[in-house]
Amino acid sequence: MSDPIAPPGKKNPQRRTDVPNTPPPQRSRAALGLAAAAAEGRFMLQVCGSCGEVQYPPRDACSKCLSVDLNWRDVSPHGKLIAETKVRATTDLYFRKQTPVHVGTVKLDVGPSVICHVHGDVGADETVRLAIKLDRAGQGVMMALPAEETPFMDDDPRLRETSCTPKHRRILLTDARNPNAPEIAGALKSAGAEKIFVGLSEDWRPNRYHDDIMAVTGVEMLPLDVTDSKSVEELAAELGGKTDILVNNARYVRPGGLMARGDTVFAQNEMDVNYLGLMRLAQAFGPAMCARTADGTNSAVAWVNILSAYALVNSPDYGCFSASNAAAFSLSQNMRADFRTSGLRVLNVFVGPTDDDWHQELPPPKVPAKTLAGSLVQGLVDGLEDVYCGDVAKDMIERFRASPKIQEREMTGFRS
Amino acid sequence: MSRTRFGYEGVAVVSPATVPYQRFSIETAHWWIARAFKQSLDQAGLRPGDIDGFAVSSFTLFPDNAVGLTQHLGLRPRWLDHIPMGGASGIVALRRAARAVQAGDADIVACVAGDTNHIDSFRNLLSSFSRFSQDASYPYGFGGPNANFALLTDRYMKDHGATREDFGRICVAQRENALRNPDALMKKPLSLQQYLDARPISDPIALFDCVMPCAGSEAFLVMTVEEAQRRDLPFAVIVGTIERHNAFADDPIQLRGGWAMDIDDLYGMAKCGPSDIDLLQTYDDYPVISMMQFEDLGFCGKGEGSRFVQNRDLTIFGDFPHNTSGGQLSAGQAGAAGGYIGLVEAIRQVTGTAGPTQVPEASRAMVSGFGVINYDRGVCSGAAIIEGGSA
Repeated sequence: MSDPIAPPGKKNPQRRTDVPNTPPPQRSRAALGLAAAAAEGRFMLQVCGSCGEVQYPPRDACSKCLSVDLNWRDVSPHGKLIAETKVRATTDLYFRKQTPVHVGTVKLDVGPSVICHVHGDVGADETVRLAIKLDRAGQGVMMALPAEETPFMDDDPRLRETSCTPKHRRILLTDARNPNAPEIAGALKSAGAEKIFVGLSEDWRPNRYHDDIMAVTGVEMLPLDVTDSKSVEELAAELGGKTDILVNNARYVRPGGLMARGDTVFAQNEMDVNYLGLMRLAQAFGPAMCARTADGTNSAVAWVNILSAYALVNSPDYGCFSASNAAAFSLSQNMRADFRTSGLRVLNVFVGPTDDDWHQELPPPKVPAKTLAGSLVQGLVDGLEDVYCGDVAKDMIERFRASPKIQEREMTGFRS
Repeated sequence: MSRTRFGYEGVAVVSPATVPYQRFSIETAHWWIARAFKQSLDQAGLRPGDIDGFAVSSFTLFPDNAVGLTQHLGLRPRWLDHIPMGGASGIVALRRAARAVQAGDADIVACVAGDTNHIDSFRNLLSSFSRFSQDASYPYGFGGPNANFALLTDRYMKDHGATREDFGRICVAQRENALRNPDALMKKPLSLQQYLDARPISDPIALFDCVMPCAGSEAFLVMTVEEAQRRDLPFAVIVGTIERHNAFADDPIQLRGGWAMDIDDLYGMAKCGPSDIDLLQTYDDYPVISMMQFEDLGFCGKGEGSRFVQNRDLTIFGDFPHNTSGGQLSAGQAGAAGGYIGLVEAIRQVTGTAGPTQVPEASRAMVSGFGVINYDRGVCSGAAIIEGGSA
């Protein structure tokens, strides 16, 4: 078993906060396939389309037959740890703070030998399950995990470095008025969050979810209106230095596409909340969070966006809302670029129509808040970058990968 | 492989030069290379313009390579080579230069390796060493070669029952040899207990298993035997060589090197066997690699390396003189010059010019090279057997 991580004590204000460093970030283009697999928590390697040889490290040509038809495929992650070491001396600034680093060689059942991080519960010559995890440079790295679950295995320091787990962390959930707020707060609490701050806009107005949110222990309600720069800045001044995970669940949604609406009023609200709201939050909270990514057990670790799956391709019934989410999705990529050197991860949870007042006219499947909350928290625990929650989102990304143009034609063509 | 290889008749190896290593240097690789080159030329009474072949190895020449050096050093060779094979560079340069001289493509080839070592140059070298190490090795603790060799040492110990004491015997003997070499960086005696008690670096590797990166350079000249005799130079002749890259790629972890593929060819060409070798210079970036070479070069069976070092005396005056100048472990690892240190010392040995490290009556030496941890193992391997020529 792993040693359970103790909740962090009070921070010593006289001690310098550890400066964020990332592990070596450079990769060849081929090796970025590992980051793509890790972003979704898949175990994928290049497989030769000609002879079937599984390749590692990532290549541009097959090491058996020279074919350049190498395709990333899900393959068996099982293997055996055939060698291990604990690296105690390194010239890298990131790893210097983490020695000894447990590293090993795993011989995969599918062929290659893989140098990897090794979970503390894996013993010499044991069978293991390899996982590809995102490291703090946002790159995919191999990690050998015990073949079976072990007690407190998520608390292994190496694994926790790749995870964005809420355990012992302080979370800001931005919108208490979103119907999903109680479920998300509850799921975060169940995952071990120490404190959950929930933003409430226009606090003079009644909030029908108030009691359900306050029923979750460790919740504190604070004023926050993402459409008001001053409100965002004020809360960031108070909370920015102790926000470890920010979950932006603020959302403005109304049905209707371009021609179904006679004006831009709803569209302005959608952009103000879904796009500019995210921008305000990122500009206010981003710098403080990026400065605290090496701050011990409750370091700043992740930023979560909940995006409509229609950010990928427009859904005309909610055409203007889709457009605002496409803008937010694009901005999230900008956030990833700007946060990259700090190691602060941006998790995008793509979700299809949610089961709430503003999607009444849509048939099922619709995503219940509980499902969304579960996927979101699991994505944090697993350290993912992209989560597709619910059947519609999964269907959307599958079609998108097959052909964005055909998907566009499918979604925009003669509606009966 | 049924074709018979040509021998290296008529080829002489002369003028072994070593520029004393420094832990850190403010000079450049160009400076270090120029000094070893000059020292080698001076021994032979030659001037730079007399050289028509030039082979160079260096990690820290960037952005230059062998081409830039011709202009920098004022050479006009008709045969030029840049050999980026790390610890195998010396053997490979020797093989290529010998063939060039034999074929008449060049009359005198200077083979030079040198690197500088600035503060932080080791870290910079690691971070741009190879694509596979960048993608698949260094993101795991950035332990550099220490971590890679720790992994294969771990497996080797488990499979063959070798202990740290066995590796320590190699290191302690080399330190004893180094104490006779005034240019070795390591000046203090090393006991087996000190070896065992040393600071762990990457388990099971500890401080004295690791080479010390430094600045330095090495060189020798290859010419015809007639030329060497005309100049009255002590010379060595090549009786056999082998070279192999990416051998045993399907081995899940490296417990043998390319030598194991070609060793019969080497002894067959040299018309001798392991017991005829007077001294051995292995590539010793880590003692486990030297032990592997004892096995793969036929001095003992696979897995018998630990018993071998228990029963043999590896010092200069012992029954199995090994890495007589102290090797990289005790003299220092001067980048690509680490691929030359054993060869240059072996030339001195078989020509009777090794001075304080001279093995009595050494007439036949084996040198082996090993280089480039591209991902999880050393890819290049080579070996040569040389003998003292009669002047």
